[in-house]
Amino acid sequence: MPDLSILSARLDPVKPVLPWLLLALGIAAPFALSAYDLNLLARFMAMGIVALGIVLIWGHGGILSLGQGVFFGLGGYAIAMHMKVADLPAGEIPDFMLWSGRESLPLWWTPFASPIFTILAILLVPALLGALFSWAVFHRRVGGTYFALITQAMALAFATLIISRQDVTGGFNGLTDFYSVFGFGLSSPGVPTGLYWVTLALLCVGFIGLRWLLASRFGMLLRAARDGENRVRFLGYSPTPFKVVAFAIAAMLAGVGGALFTLHAGVVSPALIGVVPSIEMVVWVAIGGRYSLAGAVVGALLVNLARDAVSSAFPELWLYLMGALFIFVVTLLPRGLAGLFKGKGA
Amino acid sequence: MDALFLNQLFNGASLASLYLLAALGLALSFGLMRVINMAHGEMLMLGGYLAWMTLLVVPGAAGIILAIPVAFVGAAAMGGLIQSTLIRRLSARPLDTLLATWGVSLILQQAARDLFGAIGVEVRAPEWLAGSFTLAGVTLPSARLFIIAIAALVLGALALLLLKSRIGLLVRAVNQDRMMASASGIDVKLVDFAVFCLGSGIAGLAGVMLALLGPVTPSVGQSYIIPAFLVVVMGGLGSIVGTTASAIILGLFAALAQIFVDVSVAQMLLLVFVILFIQVRPQGVIAVKSRQLDA
Repeated sequence: MPDLSILSARLDPVKPVLPWLLLALGIAAPFALSAYDLNLLARFMAMGIVALGIVLIWGHGGILSLGQGVFFGLGGYAIAMHMKVADLPAGEIPDFMLWSGRESLPLWWTPFASPIFTILAILLVPALLGALFSWAVFHRRVGGTYFALITQAMALAFATLIISRQDVTGGFNGLTDFYSVFGFGLSSPGVPTGLYWVTLALLCVGFIGLRWLLASRFGMLLRAARDGENRVRFLGYSPTPFKVVAFAIAAMLAGVGGALFTLHAGVVSPALIGVVPSIEMVVWVAIGGRYSLAGAVVGALLVNLARDAVSSAFPELWLYLMGALFIFVVTLLPRGLAGLFKGKGA
Repeated sequence: MDALFLNQLFNGASLASLYLLAALGLALSFGLMRVINMAHGEMLMLGGYLAWMTLLVVPGAAGIILAIPVAFVGAAAMGGLIQSTLIRRLSARPLDTLLATWGVSLILQQAARDLFGAIGVEVRAPEWLAGSFTLAGVTLPSARLFIIAIAALVLGALALLLLKSRIGLLVRAVNQDRMMASASGIDVKLVDFAVFCLGSGIAGLAGVMLALLGPVTPSVGQSYIIPAFLVVVMGGLGSIVGTTASAIILGLFAALAQIFVDVSVAQMLLLVFVILFIQVRPQGVIAVKSRQLDA
């Protein structure tokens, strides 16, 4: 592997200003990019938020989740349901429900008319489900490979369930055709740019929040549990609450990322949240660097950019490429791109 | 007993036999090396396509009998290739093995799509497998009875191999204590390799069975592999008895749940069942007793 630590050392003088430079570029992006490219960038940043959570649990907690798509989907469907319900004239139901022969809105859809309920649902439903699920597994000291396999089963079950409940979830096609969110028309001038800035801001909040968390005693204990779970127990700590909280935070970030992605992409469907998309989320982080928050965001941006470029021209090539990337990164570059710049993260 | 219940009971047995064939290889190498091969489902797929190709060369009843060893050897060879080039390098990192072999799985699926088409190919079961019996108002398709018999046969042969042969002795030794086995002069790497090939071969054989039930598609392995993973999770580390019991429990559960709910809810319930099971027995159905802290 090329050792870029020399380059990294050369960059030392710029390092203090680098984050501010990137932030300035991020804020200015709407003035330089076309509407299409800005939308793409916003989507990838939403995925970057999901990647941050994976660094927390996988890089620092040693917890491999192959089911982040479930939490991504919970956030995405929550905002999608809000947009579907909020635009409806009183007494009507979304078109796909009519086609499936339903006559009234399901009871659990109705609270999503409220923006506050929707925001709370995006934040809390993934976090609570993540906490409950991970507690059920971790408190019995089941982890590692077993946990990864169970999360994959969860991703499969969730996607299958959504596909089979066509009349209330939109089935395979998912939910699409959104017009407004929280009272703002999605195609009104300024709104896409505003949403982009919101995404950028949330990405920064997630980044700074996790940076702080990982540097705290919490982060230290999480890493200790990753490297020697039983030693942590002998020291008098129970690792379970730390792992559960980390998993819940990662689930919440995935939910927020999913909601923002849905806003920018204008669609949420089982094809975006099942087994394969869930594991793709891990590959962004594997490529960017599992121990590095910045690396993971860069990984999410790069992989999705590459995917967009390759799969539009050669759709079948992308799967070969992604498979090869998986094998290459994991065997030869376990610290990802960030590992090329030594001293970062970890 | 009504006919629906008996029917689902039979379907459960049939599902259990498929889960078992898909999970045996996973459980064997997981017990030995603590790694899961995510491309194991593609060994099923490979077995299915090999069966199809064998039947192109040798049509008729002899073809399907010939397809079994062909698929076994073909999948075992592919498994050996994956083990020696990839998994061996990653042996100390089980989670990374998971990801790397997932990459292999993606490549193999896409290769099958390019070679054989996305729609899949149909294996015509020979006539003696196409019929069905009726017993107490329940229709028993011959193909499914055949699969249950094959699963029992494979299980018996595997038990005989592990308990009575010299190779089995070596496998059990490495399974019990890898360091000690290595110190007594056993080539543990060779044992790993042999067990991995054997496990992949069984999956290839399972692929032939899947081909008897429906079309062979590039993603045929995926529909059985995730339940097979759950079988491994629930079975208990390194125990063939535990894996068998857990395959039977999950097969029956999945089929019987479908009396009350549809397939997708049954799948969700299966997952919930496994998580609840962990609450009671986190060590799995059968746990090999060990004083090691990190078994």
